[in-house]
Amino acid sequence: MGTGTAGTAVVDCDVHNAVPRLSALFPFLPDSWVDYCRETGVEGFDPAFYPPGAPLSARPGSRVGDGPPGSDPDVVRAHVLDATGARWAVLNCLYAVHALHNPDWAASMAGALNEWQAVHWLAADPRFRASIVVSLRDPHAAAEEIGRRAGNGFVQVLLPASAPAPLGQRSFWPVYAAAEAAGVPVAVHPGVGGANPLSPVGWPAHHVEDYAGAALTLQSQLTSLVAEGVFAAYPGLRVVLLESGVTWLPSLMWRFDKNWKALRREVPWVDRPPSQVIREHVLLSTTPLDAPPALDRAWVDRFLTQLGTVRMLLHAGDYPHWHHGTAPAALLEQLSPAERELVLGGNATRLYGLPEEAGCRPVA
Amino acid sequence: MTAPGRAVVVAVVGEIPAGGRKIVDIDGRSVGVFNLGDGFVALRNTCPHEGAPLCEGVLSGALTSPTPGVYHYERRGEILRCPWHQWEFDLRTGRSWVDPDRVRVRHYPVTSDGRHVIVHV
Repeated sequence: MGTGTAGTAVVDCDVHNAVPRLSALFPFLPDSWVDYCRETGVEGFDPAFYPPGAPLSARPGSRVGDGPPGSDPDVVRAHVLDATGARWAVLNCLYAVHALHNPDWAASMAGALNEWQAVHWLAADPRFRASIVVSLRDPHAAAEEIGRRAGNGFVQVLLPASAPAPLGQRSFWPVYAAAEAAGVPVAVHPGVGGANPLSPVGWPAHHVEDYAGAALTLQSQLTSLVAEGVFAAYPGLRVVLLESGVTWLPSLMWRFDKNWKALRREVPWVDRPPSQVIREHVLLSTTPLDAPPALDRAWVDRFLTQLGTVRMLLHAGDYPHWHHGTAPAALLEQLSPAERELVLGGNATRLYGLPEEAGCRPVA
Repeated sequence: MTAPGRAVVVAVVGEIPAGGRKIVDIDGRSVGVFNLGDGFVALRNTCPHEGAPLCEGVLSGALTSPTPGVYHYERRGEILRCPWHQWEFDLRTGRSWVDPDRVRVRHYPVTSDGRHVIVHV
């Protein structure tokens, strides 16, 4: 097994399955919206920030046939599960139906996308798990979708980091109530959900800015979730921050704790240091990991001390994206066996309620 | 009424109204004496954080919340906020709000003989 260690059920927490073409969703979409799509000539909702031919968008060999990288379940299975020995893969589909401004169209597209995931991915391999795609344009419709899907292979709710507004705001709370009730975490992944650009300050001109600045939007969303009291209102909720690095978190926690001491009267429901709230409720994928080029155990010790606990970290391959370099693997090499077991699979197994025993593997 | 330490008269009764304060110097130590209405308290006028004149800060109430959007506001006038960084201190205990076990300001017993307010240092 590639990244695994003996006895560890490896969980790849960030795999991007792609819709091959818009019409693939038509069997799962109400006729009125099928014809609306056809008659208007809409081409599809592939996220604009991963052009398949651009550097870092897709690893070599991930594009097979005409579809975008990650659109063939057999190829994804071979690359993500069989080649690495991962026992589970959590699919986070970034097809940007949540960017639609029409709340009814968006909710219908999200519902169709989830049904397509159930039929074409979850049924294709028992090791696949999926995230529930929802639109924040209608949080009540999103909550209903979460209630319908959770369980049945769907282990998480997926939200775009560039949401229509700061994610802690109360208009979105139906989503968190539904996720907590269903026992599934809410993941936040870079992506555009309607009103706001990828960067907190406006649309960047270049892909390199999208990548280098990805953590900034996540920092804003995490700050909002804590300050608005989402974790006080929904103490069972867990939030997963995907594909945006980890090593920025200690500095945000230092700043957040310091300023909370002076300003906590604004947010009296934050009744303990924000860092404590974050450590209890938030996990992050280690891909990418923004670390020094020569990553040694002394650096890892310091980083883990600053972070507070290795239980916040989730292993991810980020397939088919290719912008994370070697730091995630270097981190795994430096971890103790017990730490490695947690990061590779133990934390995710607990978070997603995955069976401790392996799912049946398909016969080759 | 007795209390340990040296007794220092800091004011005459009536000089510090309810809700009021007087900052006095006792052997080179600056001390704030506060009238809470039901009695007096005295605190060292030095914030344990960075040494600010704590007792010159704003007096406010205790703000808590059982759930987001619900504000419980009690004990008006009993929470002292440092003028520098706005950390809150409970006048009755000297303990800070954000780190009550480790960040505390020295407080002194206060008594009265009926005519004087007496701080025991």
